[in-house]
Order: sequence, then C-alpha cells, then structure tokens
Amino acid sequence: MSVTVHDDPATQDRWDPGVHSYASMGYYAPDYIAKDTDILAVFRVTPQPGVDPIEAGAAVAGESSTATWTVVWTDRLTANSHYQAKCYKVEPVPGRPGEHMAYIAYDIDLFEEGSIANLTSSIIGNVFGFKPLQALRLEDMRIPIAYVKTFAGPPHGIVMEREYLGKYGRPLLGATIKPKLGLSARNYGRVIYEACRGGLDFTKDDENINSQPFMKWRDRFLFGMEGVNRAVAETGEIKGHYFNVTAGTMEQMYERAEFAKEIGSVVVMIDLTVGYTAMQSMSNWARKNGVLLHLHRAGHSTYTRQKTHGVSFRVISKWSRLIGVDHLHAGTVVGKLEGDPATTRGYYDTLRLDHVPTNVANGIYFDQDWASMAPVMPVASGGIHAGQMHQLLDYLGEDVILQFGGGTIGHPMGISAGAEANRVALEAMIKARNEGRDFLREGPDILRTAAKSCVALQAALNTWGDVSFDYTSTDTPDAVAVATPGN
Amino acid sequence: MRLTQGSFSYLPDLTDDEISLQVQYALDHSWPISIEYSDDPHPRNTYWELWGLPMFDLVDPAGVLREIQSCRATFPQHYVRVLAFDASLGRQTTAMMFLVQRPGFEPGFRLQRTEGADRQQSYSVQAYSSEQPSGQRYLAR
Repeated sequence: MSVTVHDDPATQDRWDPGVHSYASMGYYAPDYIAKDTDILAVFRVTPQPGVDPIEAGAAVAGESSTATWTVVWTDRLTANSHYQAKCYKVEPVPGRPGEHMAYIAYDIDLFEEGSIANLTSSIIGNVFGFKPLQALRLEDMRIPIAYVKTFAGPPHGIVMEREYLGKYGRPLLGATIKPKLGLSARNYGRVIYEACRGGLDFTKDDENINSQPFMKWRDRFLFGMEGVNRAVAETGEIKGHYFNVTAGTMEQMYERAEFAKEIGSVVVMIDLTVGYTAMQSMSNWARKNGVLLHLHRAGHSTYTRQKTHGVSFRVISKWSRLIGVDHLHAGTVVGKLEGDPATTRGYYDTLRLDHVPTNVANGIYFDQDWASMAPVMPVASGGIHAGQMHQLLDYLGEDVILQFGGGTIGHPMGISAGAEANRVALEAMIKARNEGRDFLREGPDILRTAAKSCVALQAALNTWGDVSFDYTSTDTPDAVAVATPGN
Repeated sequence: MRLTQGSFSYLPDLTDDEISLQVQYALDHSWPISIEYSDDPHPRNTYWELWGLPMFDLVDPAGVLREIQSCRATFPQHYVRVLAFDASLGRQTTAMMFLVQRPGFEPGFRLQRTEGADRQQSYSVQAYSSEQPSGQRYLAR
C-alpha cells in the first residue's frame, strides 16, 4: 500500500491529524538562510519513481530531525520550527538522471556537544532505510565552529608529531607487516626490525592483527619493541610500530594501549570498526598518555564507495578529525585501492587544511573552518612502490605517511633493502623538488639517477618498474568543473 | 654507522652547490635558516647548539653558505645541520632539517637493555661518543 498524502494548504491546517507531505510540514524551506551555527549537510537523494525530489529532500530533513510519518500533536508542546531540519535547496546532479542533491540545515541545538555518536544517530540514523528513497548518500557536511569547538580533535596533530619524531620536510615512510596473518611474534618482530633499520620511520600492524591463536598481542608487542629499539640504535632516528590495540571491549583496548605505552611505543593503532565512541575514548587516552593514535579505516568501503548510497569518506574524514586521531588512511590515488585524484584531494584537504574552501570538483560542497583544530596526518597505503615516488609526492604532498608494505617486504634483496630503496627514492625526489626541478615529469629520470648509487633502489625499479592499477573509480565528483579565477 | 637524521642522509653528502639550492628553496618560502651543531647525536637531543640566531633577514644563499663554512671550520668534528623555520599560522615549526657535516668516524649507538619482570625489557640508547665529555668527542680518529 502507499501512503495517501492529502496536501492542500488552502483546506488543510499544519496540525490537522493525518499524513501530510514533509514539505508542507516545514521541512522544505527554500527561503531559509542558514545560520553560522547551523550544521549543514548535503545528501545525494535518489527518490523512488514518482516521488517528487523536493518532497524526498524534505523527508530526509524530517526523518533526520523531528518528524515521524504522521502529524503528532505533541510537536505543539515544543518550539517545533526551531528543531525542524530544513531542506533549503534541491538540485539535480549533472549527468546522473534521477539523482538530486538536497541541502539541509540543522540547528546546533539538535546535537549533544562533543558526541559524534549523537550527531550520526540523527543524521544517518533512521533516514537511510526510508522507503520512498531508492538510495541516499551523505556527500558532505559543514560543521560550524561552534560545534567544532566542542571537540578536542587530534591528540597531537601533524606539527606535534613531527616535533616528537624530529622529522621534517619530507613525507614519513611506513610499511604494513606482511603476511598480515600467521607470523609468529618472533618472526613478526624481525620484519619490524628489518624495515625500520633499512630506513622506514614506522611499521604497522594490519587491521585484522589483534590477538589470534598464532600470535597473542602481548608477545607481538614485546618482540615488536625489540625490533623498534634495535632499529633506533642502528640509525639514530626515532622509529615506531603501530601496535593495533583493537579488541572486543574497551577494557581490553585500554589494557593493550597501556602496555604499549609502558614498553615505550610512540604510537598505537585502532580500527574504524571499533566505533565512534570507542575511537573518541582512545583519543582521550592517547592525549593523556602522549602516544600517537593511528586510525585504520577498516570497513569504510562498505558505505563510502558507491556513489548513490552510504556516507562519503570526506564526511568520515571530518568526523575523524573531530573525534581526534593523529593518522588516518585516506587513499593513494595510484595504488591498488579506490580513489580518483580529485576526490582523494578533497579528503586530504579536509584532514590537513585549517580552512577548506568549497570546491565541488573535489567533492567539497561547503566551506569548512577548523578554527585551528590540529590537522590529521593522512596515510597513503595499498599497492604503492618506489617507482611511483614522483606521482605520490605530486598528488599527496609532504604531510603524509607513505606506506609501502609489499613494496618493502617483497623486495628481492630483502626487507631492509626494500626500506632503503623507498627512503632513497623519497629523499631523491624531495631534493629534486626543492632544487626547482619538474619532478613529476622528470621523476623516472630522478629515480634512475638515484639508483646509480643505490643498488636496492635499482632492484626495486627493476622488479616493479611501471606496475600500476588503472581501473575506473566508482566514487568520482559529479560536479561540472567551472574554472575559478586564480586556479 | 651513518646517522640518518635529517631529510637527505640516505643520499650522498650534499655538495655546497646542492646545499645552496636547498637554502634557496627555503628562502623562496620566506623560511629563515638557522645552523646548529652538536656532538651528541642522540635522537632525543632536541636542542643542538645554535650557531648564532636564525638568519631572519638574510635573502642570499651565499651568506648562509659562508656561515655553514665558518661553523664547520670552528667545529670540524661535530654534526652540523641546517634548519628552515616556517612561522606561518598553523605551522610555526621546522620546515626543513638536513645534515651538512658529520664527523669523520661515527661509532654509533649502544642499545642498553635492562631485564624486567614478565619478559619486559627496558631499553635505552646511548651514543658511544657521549662517554667522553662534550667537546672531546670524535677527536681520536
């Protein structure tokens, strides 16, 4: 059955019992001027056939704020219009028939301060299952400064991390230990040692390394720190391994994080799968204990990747910066995982800039002012290798952690040689960039020249050379690019 | 052992011409240069000695290079590093750091382990050179 909406403003009062259109109940307000303190959201709405896009946008506003399916008289006991979210603009998506962008404003009073759990329970709570919609995607949000300031943000941020590690003027280097499952603690620590000794700044547990039968967490931590400290002594540099403290309960996570701190680790890691509240608790722990906090975005593609349904990763990036993590995986462009250059740039800008201007070509629909909240160090991981160093530097810039897992551990001369190849390639590229060379165009040449004094780099280039992953991205901006003066 | 602090330690040592190009990059960004020296390369030794103040008003790499050369001449067996400082809002931190001199022989670091309970080790790292008083290190060879 379908719900019959009788909607004639001439004969019907807003408070008549029964089912009214969401638009007529005040959830569509084209003349509404958003307040500076409003939280703004833009949804990609795909209504069911026959459903008016404006009504669909109003329904999203209603169902993500005060409305239910029928008029309730108890609304009249509240300052109802204040609490109603307002869909203030609905626009068709260029080149995507049936899809519309609905802009919605939420008063800040709808949300508890400092709680991403509360924010998301409203904005992505019920509405994604709403029957009149075929699909719904939260594309972007504007978090007003008034709400930003209720969060503490990253425990350290990029500047503090660099000062803590004493590493400046270049991307940091990391590697995820492979194979991700099955190594004993002793062998695992060997990989950490070799990779850090060879020239990496960090190594990393993978998202699904927690405390399995083949390697329990405490054993991994002890052997891992032996590897890290040996590498520190061999290089005179600070090194770290992201110990993944993800576990079934907060109590277990705290226990593991405390132990990592006690044995001297500079960093711990959590997975996105632990949930927003657990992430924020770990952020507080990391700030209190002076330990960097790495977030792996495990599971995100289940809701970020498809264009028509879910939550864009730029929104997850925004929430993660508010929650407060020091590192977040945000894509490589050139590696094995999803991410077109413009969309990825939007994530990186969201994590790193203090003021992110609207740029629909990168998927950024609102100006976002972070009011000096510390930035998050983006992490580029997944199918990248030394031969892409010029592209990585060009796409991702300097404040990024480049993680070469297979590209370190799979090196034909060994793990340490793999690490050295990556470090030499990176330093050669930074040096060339600073010298004013056109490093993107001359990149392969710069690498070949650097390889003349580094056999490990030569072997890496011989092994992976031009390996690339050229697949069409599913998540790309749909805006028609308009040239902006000065760009 | 080769100390790998700084952003170019995995490359062959920079020539003075190459150093000048890096300095020019910093000056192009309005990042003042400072020069620091030390004979304690411990990675947690944050505060190397300042060779004068940061060169806030210097616009010519040649002037920076002259300062590097006189620092090297005064401390021929010390580590010397060049830093560029970015004072812009949101950064206000070091933007570049690289070594421009290292001692002729680098003995490296001892990893000190202290056995604890429950299989825990307490680790510390000490530069072999720091067994001598500052100013008397790296001289024997």
